[in-house]
Amino acid sequence: MRNTATAPNSRGAWRSVLGAYGFMAPAGALVIVFFLIPVAIILYLSLTNLASSNFTSNLAAMEFVGLKNYRTLLNDQFARKIFFNTIFYVLFTLSIFNVTLALIVSLLTTHIDRGAGFLFRALWILPRITSPVVYILIWKRMMAEAPFGILNQFNTWLNQPTYNYIATNPWVFVVVVNGFIGLSFGMIIFTSAIESIPKDLLNASLVDGSSKLQRIRYVILPLIRWPLLFVFTYQTLSLLTSFVEIQLLTDGGPGLYRTEVWSLTAYHRALSNYFGNAQWGYGSAFAVLLVLIGVVLAVIYMRVFRFDELVAEPRVENL
Amino acid sequence: MKVFIDQLTKKFGDVIGVEDLTLHIDDGEFVAFLGPSGCGKTTTLLTLAGIYKPTEGEIRFDERVVNRVPPKDRNIGMVFQSYALYPHMTVFQNIAYPLKLKKVAKAVQHERVEQVATTMGIGNLLDRRPGQLSGGQQQRVALGRALVKEPDILLFDEPLSNLDARLRLTMRGEIKHLQKDLGITSIYVTHDQVEAMTMADRIAVMNGGHLQAFDAPDELYSRPKTQFVAGFVGNPPMNFLSVEVSQAEGRYVAQAAGLRLEIGRERGERPASHAGAVVMGIRPEDIQISEDGTVAGEIYIVEPLGREDLIDVRVGRHSFLLLASTETQHHAGERVKLSFDMEKAQFFDPQTEKSLLWRQ
Repeated sequence: MRNTATAPNSRGAWRSVLGAYGFMAPAGALVIVFFLIPVAIILYLSLTNLASSNFTSNLAAMEFVGLKNYRTLLNDQFARKIFFNTIFYVLFTLSIFNVTLALIVSLLTTHIDRGAGFLFRALWILPRITSPVVYILIWKRMMAEAPFGILNQFNTWLNQPTYNYIATNPWVFVVVVNGFIGLSFGMIIFTSAIESIPKDLLNASLVDGSSKLQRIRYVILPLIRWPLLFVFTYQTLSLLTSFVEIQLLTDGGPGLYRTEVWSLTAYHRALSNYFGNAQWGYGSAFAVLLVLIGVVLAVIYMRVFRFDELVAEPRVENL
Repeated sequence: MKVFIDQLTKKFGDVIGVEDLTLHIDDGEFVAFLGPSGCGKTTTLLTLAGIYKPTEGEIRFDERVVNRVPPKDRNIGMVFQSYALYPHMTVFQNIAYPLKLKKVAKAVQHERVEQVATTMGIGNLLDRRPGQLSGGQQQRVALGRALVKEPDILLFDEPLSNLDARLRLTMRGEIKHLQKDLGITSIYVTHDQVEAMTMADRIAVMNGGHLQAFDAPDELYSRPKTQFVAGFVGNPPMNFLSVEVSQAEGRYVAQAAGLRLEIGRERGERPASHAGAVVMGIRPEDIQISEDGTVAGEIYIVEPLGREDLIDVRVGRHSFLLLASTETQHHAGERVKLSFDMEKAQFFDPQTEKSLLWRQ
């Protein structure tokens, strides 16, 4: 249907359209420079067999191999394991730490004394602002085998058996280590959302007869629905692409690909192959699939959570 | 339900919200808490609601001490200045929320909500969300939500302040009518003295966390017990000036530079026996411009209010606000004579600011 009211059929309308694009231009430029162009480059690389042995920086001189890298990937005997590793890692870290515990920490720290709540949250930001190398070193030093690990030293003093914690439970540590960092993101967003709920609304609920738990359920949670969905969506995507902590903690091990995730594989293949032979073409294929999964998930989230419906059209009338 | 507030003190750290407040409210009474911002009236209201716990003192609803009773067990309805409607709920869900929390049966909920909505004239809006309503409609929903659970006490926290002037007038009448109809003990916080005067059976005037007076509106107006009350109640405000009151040959006279006013014995006796200067207060409607006036002055500015003119007259270094009929045209710079109705004058101790005429 033609909508004449919004069709740019006059100078004023053109101007408003230009204005709208003008406002979008800075963000649009960032997306183009830092997302669309890199995606186009890795898409191209994934269709070549560029590796250390035939390296060239001349795009035209690269050897075009079509979908060969993708075929190799599908037949890779470990790709399936890595894929499910990724789902496991994202799902558990997200559901346990980044959303649920973040929400619980936010609710607890906003229901206690303001200063105490602030201090507690400030402490929980530390993992995020600590360099990943230092942060992982702390964990490794804590959990290391006897006689080096701090925890195992206590075990020795108490005449308990010692463990090689990380090697025996690598997944627990991968999820916990990432979750401790990931939690603070949701915590900050949820806390500010909870604190921006008008005081009158919170008081009204109590006067209307709710307990504090009922108030959380009927008033606070519905009112922070948008931040909840945002954190859920954003953190899924950011977990999908994160690998630094895993690389430093287990480097995908122990053993063959036990805790290897998709983005880490892309890195290993393209930039850090064991045999000194970086396969940029093959690694790019992994990266392209990751981008694809991310985009599809983002679209699904937007649809399922109906982000557009969270903004209601006002219908104001006179009394 | 009767409400007893006894020696209530509420502190936030070192900051005093309200101090040593004692107030007894009768069953079915409509009481207004009146005072400027930060006077402690909202603090008192929220303490009554159970949001704040008293630091000292006692609050009783009838015989029951409620100091430590959580808000949900007080059966209070409250209306907020910001309306405080839940934006994610429809009008129906907003009004039904207190019933839902009380686990009232669904069918009964529907019946009660419909009934309240009809009374409030919002029956056709039940499926809307608060964001889709005008301010007046939102205020009606807020009232409906407060009334639906049939509360023992109604609390109002400046409920009309966000409405435009005309709507405020309508809602003022409606709330008063509704309150008298239902006979629910009500406490109404406002900084608007007209609201307090027109709606309340009794007004508690507060300032700086302290109760200044607790009286019927006409008492506050004609027999203010402190200078603050005299100045705060009444619009336009009372004129104040420092005078010496003396007695000679059985006649009482108030004097200031350029001013000499005779007072009747009944009014003059007490201020005359006070050593030194006193503060005299006189309301704008008790000063007239007339030919046989005893005080000469000059009009500084004329503000037409429609029904009458508000005129600022300068007498020496004093300034008086007075109300004059619009029949005679006055203009700035005009020299006029004023006559004071000294039977209506008030006198206050300049140190304690307490009335010299009416004892507390």
